[in-house]
Amino acid sequence: MSNELKELEKSIDKIAEVAKGFGLDFYPVRFEICPADIIYTFGAYGMPTRFSHWSFGKSFHKMKMQYDFNLSRIYELVINSNPCYAFLLEGNSLIQNKLVIAHVFAHCDFFKNNASFARTNRGMVESMAVSAERIRKMEFDYGRPEVERILDAAISIQEHVDNRGFIDRERKEDKSDTKNTVDKKDPYEDLFALDHPIPKEEETPQKVLPKPQKDLLKYIMKNSKYLKEWQREILAIIRDEMLYFYPQMETKIMNEGWASYWHARILRELDLSEAEAIDFAIMHAGVIQPSRMINPYFLGYKIWEGIEKRWNEPDKEDKEELGLKGGEGRTKMFEIREMENDVSFIRNYLTRDIIEELDMFSFQKVGNTWQVTEKDWRQVRDDLSANLFNCGYPYIVVEDGDYNRSGELLLAHCHEGVDLDIQYLERTLPNVYTLWGRGVHLSTIVDGKPVLYSFSGERVIKSLR
Amino acid sequence: MSDNIISRDDWSLHRKGHLDQQRHQEKVRDAIKNNLGEIISEEGIILSDGKKTVKVPIKSLEEFHFRFDFNKQKHTGQGSGESKVGDVLGREAQEKGPGKGPGAGEEPGVDYYEAEVTFEELAGILFQDLELPNLDSKKTPIITNDAIEFNDIRKQGIMSNVDKKRTILEAIKRNAVHGQKKLETITPEDLRFKTWEIKPRYESNAVVLAMMDTSGSMGNFEKYIARTFFFWMVQFLRSKYENVVIHFLSHHTEAKEVTEHEFFTKGESGGTRCSSVYRLALEIIKKNYNPADYNLYPFHFTDGDNIASDNENCVRLVNELLQYTNLFGYGEILRTQYTSTLMSAYKKGLKDDKFRGVTIRDKTEVYKTLKTFFSTSQRS
Repeated sequence: MSNELKELEKSIDKIAEVAKGFGLDFYPVRFEICPADIIYTFGAYGMPTRFSHWSFGKSFHKMKMQYDFNLSRIYELVINSNPCYAFLLEGNSLIQNKLVIAHVFAHCDFFKNNASFARTNRGMVESMAVSAERIRKMEFDYGRPEVERILDAAISIQEHVDNRGFIDRERKEDKSDTKNTVDKKDPYEDLFALDHPIPKEEETPQKVLPKPQKDLLKYIMKNSKYLKEWQREILAIIRDEMLYFYPQMETKIMNEGWASYWHARILRELDLSEAEAIDFAIMHAGVIQPSRMINPYFLGYKIWEGIEKRWNEPDKEDKEELGLKGGEGRTKMFEIREMENDVSFIRNYLTRDIIEELDMFSFQKVGNTWQVTEKDWRQVRDDLSANLFNCGYPYIVVEDGDYNRSGELLLAHCHEGVDLDIQYLERTLPNVYTLWGRGVHLSTIVDGKPVLYSFSGERVIKSLR
Repeated sequence: MSDNIISRDDWSLHRKGHLDQQRHQEKVRDAIKNNLGEIISEEGIILSDGKKTVKVPIKSLEEFHFRFDFNKQKHTGQGSGESKVGDVLGREAQEKGPGKGPGAGEEPGVDYYEAEVTFEELAGILFQDLELPNLDSKKTPIITNDAIEFNDIRKQGIMSNVDKKRTILEAIKRNAVHGQKKLETITPEDLRFKTWEIKPRYESNAVVLAMMDTSGSMGNFEKYIARTFFFWMVQFLRSKYENVVIHFLSHHTEAKEVTEHEFFTKGESGGTRCSSVYRLALEIIKKNYNPADYNLYPFHFTDGDNIASDNENCVRLVNELLQYTNLFGYGEILRTQYTSTLMSAYKKGLKDDKFRGVTIRDKTEVYKTLKTFFSTSQRS
């Protein structure tokens, strides 16, 4: 092992010790030093083992170019898995790596303990490798253009999964599936039950769904009469991978803020030389640099610090109204890192002080200028929180799978004040059609009027509802 | 011992990103190919003068999904301490491009995917299927350069040129002669080598006469179309043929030979008498280029708004030109649905296969015109 690696190994042990001392709780971490184009490949794909698709190539190219032109730099990449994988950029200095390692441990603690991640597949590295291999085989069997056609269509609606779907499922299982459930004494028990399948009651076809389904991918995968088995499999793969990434998307501000908070605290505990301390300060300042649009690292960092301060030294009001005793900063922080996601984190803990200190505002387009339209801290907080809802994607549900009594698909956009991008809608609807195989419709509201967009193979037609 | 491990591996074989990037590039190229009509008549590309890379907007390579209209959304921003309601952060970007307005590059509407291609790449795709039609190679050819062709197999040669497939076949045959179904050793007698021959490459002499109407009736659109066509024609001829001479002739009621620069930049006024330029063309041909030795290609672009009494003259002169030339290309730029009297006169009076007439009503049709004029089989 080279000197550099030995040095790093020592730092890792030291940093892990300090992190554990602070109460951070993480899976074992496998650090790996990678050249830039590998880090950027992982950045573009989200995972080293993910399947091949031109869109990843496109973003890889873009990210790599920014790196080559020195516009941006990814120091590190962490994978939510057990053990946790972390990739360090080759050429990082020792102090850069120290900061990154501390940052990684905090991310890993977050992955392990935040409620959103409780159901993520910690063996996703391997699962994705298997899926990638499956898709590669499909390319051999059915031809790349055909596989790409389905992938393109599936990817274009991939955000529409339901990561809270399990709540509903479990409730249903409680009621009806009692005979089906096997008392699980060991993890393979349920396999034995497969030898004696319990006959299911025949379901009557449903005209109207019991309630709108948010999980578009799942609904289409199960109910499209047109898809072949391997095509359904592609939908299943895309859906699984999306469900895996979804928690990361809905906790971005919290998670980045958490990691930035802890790398700063941990590094203060290390014996840094003067030069290292300066390098660290520069780098830390770079990470949490404010920008015109909101920098999740910076905002998250500020909110975490705010929470710590408020619960450590509550003011009179908080003491009286919330009954805060003081000195509970860290305890509260660990509780929040377990229970909240970005939407609730912003809504509950983005305070007036922070909004004023950061001079935050809401802006929108008025005529043809972009203007500051809101400075009231409550409104600014709520606007931000609303934008983060559903990871910033429109909330679209399946309303009817037998629309017009002709097996057509009716989707509904749950309009909450902001219209859809019509140009994009008109190009996305045909992708849904590719998967559904029959006419597809989307109801939404444009400029206050209820409208229906329909596509059945030729062109998108807009009609008033 | 710690739970955490650090390592460094050899990643040089991890090429996934590069492979998918290549696939993306392939798609870009396909998209360019499918949209050549629109792309080549883009002003930006014509103005780039063939020097730098050009940006080509490609709709089909955006990743479409359901999303909010950015322009109707409220966004959160951060000021430097003194922001107040009503502060203007940016104006609607007049030109697409980063740096204007907040969240540069994130606004839909300007967020289309732009592929960057070099001019050569674009020209390569465009010129792939174009050629000078009816080119007669017998007319006093000129040697342009020597080409090396691997076209022979010998038993002796240098090892770097060994023909593996044939060598293995020889070995199998040798074994087969002895009734053995195998491939074991390869003996020196089995070896086969590729050898080359040096062949002189001949190219025919060709002369192109670019004729353009610059009269007052040629508006901006008409001139733009004509110049776009000639721009690509010149690029095409220069990149594919080494011995093509191009003469630039412009005319209104009178015709004169002009320099390339003048041809592409100068506008004039006055009426239109197309026969004048045909006369000039005939004159140039008779003076300098013996049709027995040269391949001659006149191309004429006009709005067809010719003095009516001149039409008969034109038909006669074009007929005469057709006797000497390999092809006569006539492009008429019309924004109405009518056919001009000149075009109808040509359709009636010219029975020669070598006449190709095209009517252009839209700037995307420049591509179609290039393909009509510079293809061997097509007839419009």
